[in-house]
Amino acid sequence: MARSSSSKDAQDLFRALWSAYAATPTNLKIIDLYVIYALFTALIQVVYMALVGSFPFNSFLSGVLSCVGTAVLAVCLRIQVNKENKEFKDLAPERAFADFVLCNLVLHLVIMNFLG
Amino acid sequence: MLLILALNKRTCSRVALKTLLTRSRSRRRRLPSATLLFFMLLLRAGMASNLGGLLALLLAVSICGAVTIPGPISDAHRSAALELFDGSFSSLEEAYEALRVFEILAIGNKPDVSATTCNKVVEILGSSSPVKDLFYALKVNGILKCKVNGDAVKDIASRLKAAVNDASTLVDMYYSIGSLVLIKDQASDVDVLLTDADGTFHSIKALSQSDGRWRYSSDNPESSTYAAGLALEALAGVISLASSEIDQSRVNKVKNDILKLFDSIEKYDDGTFYFDEKFVGGREHEGSLSTTSSVVRGVTSFAAVTSGKINLPGDKILGLAKFLLGIGIPGDAKDFFNQVESLALLENNRVSIPLVLSLPATVYSLSKKDQLKVRVNTVLGSAAPPLAVKLVRAFHSDAKDLSIIESKELQYDQNNGIHVLEVFPDNVDVGTYMFVFEIILHDSSGEKVYATGGQVHVPIYVTGIIKVSNTEIAVFDSDLGSVETQKTLDLAGNDFVSLSANHLQKLHFSFQLTTPHGHAFKPHQAFVKLKHETKHEHIFVVGNTGKKFEIILDFLGLVEKFYYLSGRYDIELTVGDAVMENSFLQPLGQVDLDLPEAPEKAARLPPLPVDPYSRYEAKAEIAHLFRAPEKRPPQELSLTFLSLTILPFIGFLVGLLRLGVNLKNFPSSAAPATYAILFQFGIAAVLLLYVLFWLKLDLFTTLKAVGFLGVFLMFVGHRILSHLASTSTKLKSA
Repeated sequence: MARSSSSKDAQDLFRALWSAYAATPTNLKIIDLYVIYALFTALIQVVYMALVGSFPFNSFLSGVLSCVGTAVLAVCLRIQVNKENKEFKDLAPERAFADFVLCNLVLHLVIMNFLG
Repeated sequence: MLLILALNKRTCSRVALKTLLTRSRSRRRRLPSATLLFFMLLLRAGMASNLGGLLALLLAVSICGAVTIPGPISDAHRSAALELFDGSFSSLEEAYEALRVFEILAIGNKPDVSATTCNKVVEILGSSSPVKDLFYALKVNGILKCKVNGDAVKDIASRLKAAVNDASTLVDMYYSIGSLVLIKDQASDVDVLLTDADGTFHSIKALSQSDGRWRYSSDNPESSTYAAGLALEALAGVISLASSEIDQSRVNKVKNDILKLFDSIEKYDDGTFYFDEKFVGGREHEGSLSTTSSVVRGVTSFAAVTSGKINLPGDKILGLAKFLLGIGIPGDAKDFFNQVESLALLENNRVSIPLVLSLPATVYSLSKKDQLKVRVNTVLGSAAPPLAVKLVRAFHSDAKDLSIIESKELQYDQNNGIHVLEVFPDNVDVGTYMFVFEIILHDSSGEKVYATGGQVHVPIYVTGIIKVSNTEIAVFDSDLGSVETQKTLDLAGNDFVSLSANHLQKLHFSFQLTTPHGHAFKPHQAFVKLKHETKHEHIFVVGNTGKKFEIILDFLGLVEKFYYLSGRYDIELTVGDAVMENSFLQPLGQVDLDLPEAPEKAARLPPLPVDPYSRYEAKAEIAHLFRAPEKRPPQELSLTFLSLTILPFIGFLVGLLRLGVNLKNFPSSAAPATYAILFQFGIAAVLLLYVLFWLKLDLFTTLKAVGFLGVFLMFVGHRILSHLASTSTKLKSA
């Protein structure tokens, strides 16, 4: 009984969370999706490395760091474009996007250099 | 050892040639260079650390040094000539040299080249070739007697006569006159006589110098001995071509020139004479052999056409023959020709004919009791006129004043053509002796025709078996002097002793050497060698005290030299000498040495000497060690994961669709839309550039391109983003 009630609680909790999240603006959802996509790609590479060993270690690092870096940058973008963050109220989302693009380009230049 | 002895005669001639070639420049004597060779061999033998080899080399060298009188031309020359002149000639000059050598040496089975060579001769005589070619073509024709068109020869003769008058250099005149002389000999119907012989004679004579040498041309101040030979031959040609007799006083002047030329002859201490160029440079330097043969050619041909004798000393002519024979067998065709032709000219010349005294063997063995033979030949090896050989005296090379034989005439063996000393005096013991021979011609008038060279000194090695006796080996205590072990050895019976000693004892070894005549004998070498099991060896010279040879090894003083190495040492005795027929290297036995432990400061044991020949052996193969390649996963697995990485991207796209993303915000008006598209393309371009950077570009090229693209991107990015920003603010404010 207790178990079913706790699972029911959990279901309720998730449902509440999901409904709360559904209220999020679409552009933030896109960014969230993008972050998840990047992290999953990184995860697959980590699994690959765990399976076959880390021989071209620089390649592995650049692959994972590319994903993680992109994810971090995307999180930063999400913080800046979120209207509820009063801190960045004066910052235009376009400006934040420009920063995001620039940082990504610099990050990937380094990644490519490191890729081998 | 025997092999080396057998080889040494041939090697000696090679060595002599080398020596001659070097001494023609450095004026070195033969003896020092032989000594040098000896030391080189000693050094080598020492490296091989083989005393037996050293002994053999010593014998070979000492006997090699004895052959000071070169023999006449022999069959060795004939076989060498067949090897050198193999029938392929690049020019008629070479062909002539080969044919002339075959003719002189009377070689029967020579390569048949007459057909091809005659074709060349006819071709050259039929065309207007240079004088030098004509000269050699005519020379070849003189030997081969090719069928040459008579009219062509007449043409050539008239052309050559004109050339003689026009010639300004000695070489041109030499070839033209030489060719005319050859035509005179070959075609008697052609008129070759020089009308202005006196003038030609004068113009050649005008090039002569006060010292008997000649200049090549009037505008060349350098005088040359080689040119003198050419000039004399040309003058001889002029005399034989003269239509009227040449003024005798002029001929006498040239004879004087020849005498002066012979004053500048070079010589060695052993009575060898030769000519050499005094200057180097300007012209191509002629070696002493070609210079000498040029002079010989000139003088003999001049002597042949003039009446009266040229008073050249016989010993100089003999010295020239010695020089030419001393070369041995040259390895170069030109040298070979020069040597053989000059010898042939000396063989039959009008000045004086050298007779060569040679010994088939300069070693006389007391044990074999053979006879000492002397041969007298002309330089080409033909029989000499009737003569007797007298042994004037013989003396030991250490005691010059004490003659052992005096004034003894050698018996002539008619059948073999050799002079034999039938009874070798009994009082001659082993050692090196100097025998002095003299040639006495039966016909006293022959002394003007032949050059015998007076007294000839020949070193003779008298060898015999040396008796080894009273061989004793003993070990005794240092301080007390009491003998611990004493053994007598019979070296002939291959006795073998085993001794033992410690560092407080001494080893004493003694023996006696006696000659067949019972005298004490002192060999060149007497060594004792101690060889440890580890191959470390120590050599001691056995000293000579009066009659006895003895050595005392005090081990106390030798411990350091022996590097405190205890254990078994093999003892070997080496006794050797050039006149000792039974030189030996014999193991005597072994001694077990008990030496003290090495103190800490003692010298370390040196590494064993490396065999010098081992450096020519193959080196150990080098195995290269490469880094093992890293383990790579199977390709399928990698490809699977590659496709797996696409899955999140698909998930991302699906998610976007579910969210209902659209491009409605994309600007609709022309200018911002263009900027938007350009902005997207710019980013794509930068990413493409990154891929290229990964694949092939380097960082600098990439950064340059990124710089340009970045500026462009900044511009369009700014335009589109500020447009979007202004639209959104308008929306908000609205």
